Amino acid sequence: MRIPRSRVALAFVGALLLIVALYTRVASADETAPAQIVMKDFKFTPMSLTVKAGTTVTWANKDDEPHTVTSDSGLFRSGAIDTDGTYSFRFERPGTYHFTCSIHPQMVGTLVVQ
Amino acid sequence: MSNDQPSRSRRNALKCLAYGGAGTVFALTGGVLTPIDLAVAADKTRGSKMGRPFFVQISDTHIGFNKPANPDVGATLTRSIELVNSMSIRPQLIIHTGDITHLSRPEEFDTAEQLLSQLAVSELHTVPGEHDVADTTVSEYFNRFGKASNNKGYYSFDHAGVHFMALINVLHFKPGGLGALGAEQLRWVNDDLRGQSASTPIVVFAHMPLWSIYEPWGWGTGDARLLIEQLRRFGSVTILNGHIHQIVQKVEGNITFHTARSTAYPQPEPGVGPGPGPLVVASDQLPARLGITTVSSIKHHLSPGDSTLADASGVAGGV
Repeated sequence: MRIPRSRVALAFVGALLLIVALYTRVASADETAPAQIVMKDFKFTPMSLTVKAGTTVTWANKDDEPHTVTSDSGLFRSGAIDTDGTYSFRFERPGTYHFTCSIHPQMVGTLVVQ
Repeated sequence: MSNDQPSRSRRNALKCLAYGGAGTVFALTGGVLTPIDLAVAADKTRGSKMGRPFFVQISDTHIGFNKPANPDVGATLTRSIELVNSMSIRPQLIIHTGDITHLSRPEEFDTAEQLLSQLAVSELHTVPGEHDVADTTVSEYFNRFGKASNNKGYYSFDHAGVHFMALINVLHFKPGGLGALGAEQLRWVNDDLRGQSASTPIVVFAHMPLWSIYEPWGWGTGDARLLIEQLRRFGSVTILNGHIHQIVQKVEGNITFHTARSTAYPQPEPGVGPGPGPLVVASDQLPARLGITTVSSIKHHLSPGDSTLADASGVAGGV
């Protein structure tokens, strides 16, 4: 049975689209999509996050009270982040990074960079 | 002011409401400092019975804050300053127990300095709150107020026979924990107190409470116990803190603990709600939730009914 050339072309295009779609998905993971941690109700959410090296992590303050993101090791220190403010830091090296809010030390979080 | 004063006239009650947002005065009674609400102290008739005003505590001015809990923190601070300036005998010194600013921004410190300079008192002593050291370089506070402590954040001075110690407990937080004084500062306290006679009244002030009020919110200082042990031998110790924006008092032996109200906005009672954020109250209720604290050297002994704690409950009940 002879398959019409148009059907072959269509299948080819479809396969191509699938490959592109899959590739894009893998690529975006490799390019390390930005990650966000929300500061709300005096908590970091999520409290623990795992990302790939090279990821830029953004903290967003959704409380009526300012917060900071302060690394236990001193690697990063946001300064005061007011309501609706954000702070971003790009993590290049794998490791476990503990951070706290220097205004509310009861707020603690952990970032694992793989 | 006590709520249990049956003779209080309506006129006086209204006056007290208007003066809410002022603060508390401390009176020195036989070597023991007693906090008195500033509205009472500023009242020409009743205030004159309380002896010579000694000093005023102001706290948590949070200049830069502009949220619904108080859109104009400059105005409420100015109101408190006016009240101090209106006292017939003005105290000679003012103690600010921190959170001068909200976000440690230079322009906030500039505004705060400008407003505080209107206080008609000769000395202003400060300690930083965690909101004052939230800049990335931790330098804005020390650039302005660091001289007295040689940029350490802690120092002592004597005034009218009373030994004052300014302490810092808002740096080096233990994550997940409480405020901290640190070994170096505690060693300095030991050296500083060594030459003091046990009969010298001691006033210690720091931003975060030097006793545990509510640990889940960090309302305490992890190593405060090591400070308190050094203070036990003294006959009169007054410990003044801010941070929690409400009056809480405790007496432990010869040591009186007192936390001041904010001049900016109230905070919830310990453990009420998700965290220690600004508490929004009806605008006509706000003045009664704010305040500063004044200390005066009193000439007569208060009756037991007018003791420190009774006075505090009256103040806490709303002026």
